[in-house]
Amino acid sequence: MPTAPTVVLNARALERTVARMADEVVERADGTENLVLVGIQRRGVQLAERLGRMIAQHEGATVPRGALDITLYRDDLQTVGPRPIVGKTVIPGAIDGRTVCIVDDVLYTGRTIRAALDELADFGRPARIMLAVLVDRGGRELPIHADVVGRSVDVPPGGRVDVLVSELDGRDEVTMVIAGEET
Amino acid sequence: MSAPLGKDLLGLEHLSTEQISLILDTAEPLREISERAIKKVPTLRGATVVNLFFEASTRTRISFEFAEKRLSADTVNVATAASSVTKGETLVDTAKNLEAMKIDMVVIRHASSGAAQFLAERIESNVINAGDGTHEHPTQGLLDLLTLRRKFGTLAGKRVCIVGDVLHSRVARSNIWGLTKLGAEVAVCGPRSLLPNAIADFGVQVFDHIEDAIQWADALNVLRLQLERMTAGYIPSQREYNRVFGVSRERLDRAPRDLVIMHPGPINRGVELDSDVADGPHSVILDQVTNGVAVRMAVLYLLAGHAPALAEAAKGGDR
Repeated sequence: MPTAPTVVLNARALERTVARMADEVVERADGTENLVLVGIQRRGVQLAERLGRMIAQHEGATVPRGALDITLYRDDLQTVGPRPIVGKTVIPGAIDGRTVCIVDDVLYTGRTIRAALDELADFGRPARIMLAVLVDRGGRELPIHADVVGRSVDVPPGGRVDVLVSELDGRDEVTMVIAGEET
Repeated sequence: MSAPLGKDLLGLEHLSTEQISLILDTAEPLREISERAIKKVPTLRGATVVNLFFEASTRTRISFEFAEKRLSADTVNVATAASSVTKGETLVDTAKNLEAMKIDMVVIRHASSGAAQFLAERIESNVINAGDGTHEHPTQGLLDLLTLRRKFGTLAGKRVCIVGDVLHSRVARSNIWGLTKLGAEVAVCGPRSLLPNAIADFGVQVFDHIEDAIQWADALNVLRLQLERMTAGYIPSQREYNRVFGVSRERLDRAPRDLVIMHPGPINRGVELDSDVADGPHSVILDQVTNGVAVRMAVLYLLAGHAPALAEAAKGGDR
């Protein structure tokens, strides 16, 4: 029996978190000069957009934004049944020698990021690739970690984290459901 | 319907509007892969595709091969000029041999209508029809739909006239099915000797004069005059055909709007289509070729996911 969703971040908290993440991304990338933000479809794209806007506010610099759809690079395509819908991939210019920051909403098994790394490699050879996620829910199945994390929560398998963004969902909110009795 | 497309793509006649839209919506983002420095995604890694061509083809076969390779499939080309052997025996034999070699997909072109279905019913692998006789050429129909949809935004209410040798044309048939399903109005125009007797059963309008078709249409899909069949006396001469039905600059200048010009290729320049039109600003003939690779990638991707049991189980959930 799933329990009722718990709010992890409300709209205000989400905004503050994104603002802090924006600063951290710039700090870790040593400025904005070579930085490229690439959001993973779908909600990573909106988050990358917001990080970009926040960086523009704080630093007065426009950072190129892109979108990555990793569907064709998934390692479970043979087992997921009906083919997932393929989204749009847009990489803004050459990424060789640049610092690419992958942006996603939830980091869980790490398989999505593995696919994203493979896909980015087909576009060029960045000097460095970083990872920024809004929520790290634990449960990694691959040796992957995030450089910038909005919020860490411990959600065991069977539970879920839902990131809602106003662009797609009508409101900003992060909720989690921890399945089973133990909370 | 458990999988979006089922096991095979044999034609557009029996696909739903939703299935056709799914293929076009999938093809759209796949166009980008051909623009990359490394034009390859790992999606069909380990899958073996046999391109079984019993009839001459250059662009369709190359287009399929690009599509397969850009999805990382292993491909084998088999080109056979079918003539001496009776087709039934050849196909059954071929099917059994292919199965024994553990293949995953077959792309088949054959001079006999129904050959793709015949094969599909006898092997486990996915079968894609790359043109069977005068029946259907579904991927050509799909790439025409994608090209027009990209040009117009939607096909609903758009008027498309198919011009020329409709009688021998599998492209015309796939176009009529696909366009009608997506809400376009369809007409045909050509000499009566090159239109099927029962053309009215398709629910399309018929124009006897190219001038009238040009007044009516938003787009013309000009078919190739199949010169190899001209011994049968369907038309008096190529020159006369051009004079009566040829799509020329002068004729298009009298249209109330700019018409989108399509042609499945190869073009007989100066016969069904004049060069200045084929190379003109409203021609989308090369876009059709580009879109062909994307549409074929989409079909390969969607069919390769055919696994009914898993499809049922996974319904609704994403990841």
